Amino acid sequence: MNKKEYLAYTEKRAKRSNTVVNCIKAFLIGGLICAIGQGFLVLYLYIGVAEETAKTLESVTLIFLAGLFTGIGWFDKIAKHAGAGTLVPITGFSNAVTSPAIDAKSEGFVMGVASQMFVIAGPVIVYGTVASIIYGIIYFFIMK
Amino acid sequence: MDLNSFLYSFLVGGILCVIAQIFIDKTKVTPARILVGYVVMGVILTALQVYEPIVKFGKSGATVPLTGFGYLLAKGVEKAVSEQGLLGALTGGLKATSAGITASFAFALLWSLLFKSKEK
Repeated sequence: MNKKEYLAYTEKRAKRSNTVVNCIKAFLIGGLICAIGQGFLVLYLYIGVAEETAKTLESVTLIFLAGLFTGIGWFDKIAKHAGAGTLVPITGFSNAVTSPAIDAKSEGFVMGVASQMFVIAGPVIVYGTVASIIYGIIYFFIMK
Repeated sequence: MDLNSFLYSFLVGGILCVIAQIFIDKTKVTPARILVGYVVMGVILTALQVYEPIVKFGKSGATVPLTGFGYLLAKGVEKAVSEQGLLGALTGGLKATSAGITASFAFALLWSLLFKSKEK
């Protein structure tokens, strides 16, 4: 194995181990966020909230906390390690709304903050709802 | 207290994040596309009756990730179509997800008032 081959080999190995480490971190932090969500759900059910309401409150609580952490600057610090672990849970959606909004403060509250909220949330809502419309139409004809 | 629900939430949620992490590392797909892809996948998997069993098993591990957002959209549309016919295809999705979406924007406005952009 010459020097060039060796460098290519180590680089490949380093890349692979990076992916493995990234996946472990994403698994642990993503899993933890979902378990914390479950904790809120159990808590809300425990204090007597109806099941559907408790589920909604669980999401809202996570959205609240993820936005707050984004504002304080903790979210980015965790996300740097977590990767998809903070992105994929609803926390990632909340961060994608809050972070560009805070960054755009200098451009004003209309075309800055409010419009920047939709930079990532917009596409998510557009494609999500369109997919649900298509499903709704199919569902309508299946039901008949 | 049902401790298994925590374990299953952790496992299912963790696995859904790992799948996205592999996509990010191997294909250079942007985070925005991951979010869009996960929501649409959630709708499709729910439509195919695949996601409901995952929710039953994984609890918050299935509902907290963005696929769970797609699950809510699809379930909302099912309910609305059953109640009001074809128009439900237009109203059901956002009706079921309105709390999360509205809260996201309202809180983001609040945090924008309270916090300044961090040096990156």
